[in-house]
Amino acid sequence: MFANVRKLRDLGVLGLNERNAEFIMRLNPRHFYPRVDDKALTKQLALAAGMAVPDLYGIISHQADVKKFASMVADQTSFVVKPAQGSGGDGILVITGRSERKRDAFRLSSGLLISEDEIQHHISNIVGGQYSLSGARDAALIEYCVRFDPTFAAVSYQGVPDIRVVVYRGYPAMAMVRLPTRESDGKANLHQGAVGAGVCLATGKTLTGVHHNEIVDDHPDTGALVSGIEIPEWDFILESSARGYEVTGLGYLGVDMVIDNHLGPLILEMNARPGLNIQIANATGLSSRISRIEQIYAAGAAPAERAAASRREFQS
Amino acid sequence: MKQRYVYVLAALLTMVGLSVFFYKWQVLGFPVKEDQESPVWTIESAVSFESGPGSIKVQLHVPTLTPGFRMLNENSVSRGYGFSLNYGSGGREAQWAIRRADGDQKIYYRLSVYEDANVDESDTTPPFPPRPVINEPMNTAVEVLVDDVREHSADTASFTTELLRRMNDSSPDPNVELLLAGVSSQSEFVERATMLLAAARIPARSVHGFPLSGRQRNAELVTWLEVHDGDRWLYFNPATGEENLPDRFFVWWRGNEPLVNVEGGSKVQVDFSIQQNFLDAIDIAETQAAAQGASAFDFSLYSLPIRTQAVYSVLLMIPIGALVMVIMRNMVGIDAFGTFMPVLIALAFRETKLLWGVILFTLLVTLGLTIRFLLDRLRLLLVPRLSAVLIVVVVLMLFISLTSHRLGLDSGLSVALFPMVIIAMTIERMSVVWEERGPADAIRAGLGSLVVAVAAYIFMGLKWLEHLVFTFPELLLIILAVVLLAGRYTGYRLTELRRFKELIKS
Repeated sequence: MFANVRKLRDLGVLGLNERNAEFIMRLNPRHFYPRVDDKALTKQLALAAGMAVPDLYGIISHQADVKKFASMVADQTSFVVKPAQGSGGDGILVITGRSERKRDAFRLSSGLLISEDEIQHHISNIVGGQYSLSGARDAALIEYCVRFDPTFAAVSYQGVPDIRVVVYRGYPAMAMVRLPTRESDGKANLHQGAVGAGVCLATGKTLTGVHHNEIVDDHPDTGALVSGIEIPEWDFILESSARGYEVTGLGYLGVDMVIDNHLGPLILEMNARPGLNIQIANATGLSSRISRIEQIYAAGAAPAERAAASRREFQS
Repeated sequence: MKQRYVYVLAALLTMVGLSVFFYKWQVLGFPVKEDQESPVWTIESAVSFESGPGSIKVQLHVPTLTPGFRMLNENSVSRGYGFSLNYGSGGREAQWAIRRADGDQKIYYRLSVYEDANVDESDTTPPFPPRPVINEPMNTAVEVLVDDVREHSADTASFTTELLRRMNDSSPDPNVELLLAGVSSQSEFVERATMLLAAARIPARSVHGFPLSGRQRNAELVTWLEVHDGDRWLYFNPATGEENLPDRFFVWWRGNEPLVNVEGGSKVQVDFSIQQNFLDAIDIAETQAAAQGASAFDFSLYSLPIRTQAVYSVLLMIPIGALVMVIMRNMVGIDAFGTFMPVLIALAFRETKLLWGVILFTLLVTLGLTIRFLLDRLRLLLVPRLSAVLIVVVVLMLFISLTSHRLGLDSGLSVALFPMVIIAMTIERMSVVWEERGPADAIRAGLGSLVVAVAAYIFMGLKWLEHLVFTFPELLLIILAVVLLAGRYTGYRLTELRRFKELIKS
């Protein structure tokens, strides 16, 4: 057991306790949390900083407004309903279309039909605070449903694959692509069964995948090879995530981005407590990357410079 | 920097906790083990006599210096007598007086003592006794005997032993025979020995007391010989000359004065009876602390009413449960619902006992979860739904109690002790996790909660730990220190070794 602990230490693997005590508590001031926990606010801040985000169709923050849902999406055939203060991708409903026969029935990303009534109930739950971190009242966001880029089509089972970049004091430290599976119900969350694939920061090419803490080479549903996929607009993605530091003020940050077919990379959300499985996907420890960033850290460097520094430093 | 504050604070808390603990344990004698009982002897002396026509004054020697024993309390029972305690030449004297009394009188003096090896004879060094004035022909006999014994001995102890050997000789020499003429009791024998020792300028006195053992009625007073060798008092068995003291010898009084002196009464008799009981060490500590004027007891939980004590003996175990929680969550890394839910469940287990607790908890959560899924179809808003789950939990508890009572399983009745709000919240959160992350995650976290609750129950149920924390609440400071240190623990969790096993392999 102690030999294993030493091996993890040598690899520079970051544990939950160390992440919480050393990075989250030290670098992420509490009063900045709403900037990432409240997705409506995140969207607003990101827009102000000139970053690309999915369009907002409407916000429902009172039970009385739940009825307005139908009018908000009257012009849309696809959209996403998500809690403004949800965590771990819980409570997100992805509507990809409408039923041809019944106007008030919607099609979920899984292909199942859902009635307007059921969606309204779901929105009620969101507003009541079922998915919010504190259990307090929340708001439901209704926004543009990303039409995802074909880059990851072969390695995704429904849903939207996204790119997670862990940013340390403004420098991208590690990245991975999160690929939905049948098991994860189209969600790009690793603990729900999505596959994560490490990304080489220098080249933007995917490395091996991780599924439930196990290293995998193929996507469990499609069977396609996970590694070797080149992510488009990688420079822009790294720079945007580096900019997330200025937007949120959080020193230890996870930036989640998606690549839209037409709009290119969009910032979906940001996270003050990014998970640690990204280390398995990259077969590298975060601690070692972080200590390297501490060495090259330059106060006042622009986001583009920081992204370039990370590309230079982290080759594999 | 902040790291160092935590260490300093933890060290400070540990130091304060430990020093108060040691003070109460070592100095005040608070017991570290539960049900630690010390034998306590109650010795009762009953003075009975027939009253004369006039006023009556009774003087009784009572214990003053009691090597090896500490006095717990003393009291006197006498009808209508005035009572006072005085210091006489031979130690303390109890005195009773009354203007007039009729018929047979009985006066009681009672004291309780317990063994304490720390109590030493804190007696002063006596002056050399003056040579007693003895008439001839006794004087010559004394001189011859003392000179002879001195020649056959080296120091005070061997002198005493040699003297006693000769006095006890079955065929004594004529001098001894002359000196012991008229001696009828052991105390008179010892008195003669002190006279002979005084002739040799050795301070000596008789001690009267009893070896304490079990229960005795009409305990016989035993007289021993006490000799001062210049440094300390030595005890000699007058019948053998050996230097020793009987086991648990309790000294009642010293000197040659009679035990009791009754003015205005006749047919005086003193009876001693000894009773041994066992007293909680905590009571003894309490008495002792009060005697020393230590305020530790004023702030002890034992000074609270018994009912409140019972509440606190449970409440004080919650920090132990919290510590188990911290270790299980942050060092082992077990998933559980709610921060303190397992501790509260563990508290309920204390009443239901472990097996029934686990059965009832599982039953309650399973049934509640089933009904929660049915409720889900009604699409209720959050707060009404939570309330509905709570009501369902209460109804389920009632149902389980009634059913198990019908079946004759009275253990099922204890289901009512489960914290229903906590159970309702657990059911709600479990169902949300079930829907969002699948049954595997929900069941894993549910089992995790149960495992943590069982671990907390085991530690919170340790009787010795409960006693220790209740008697020494300052130990909670040490638990706080450990929790603070755990709060800065940045090592891996045990489950992370499994989580990152792919990285270890590579």
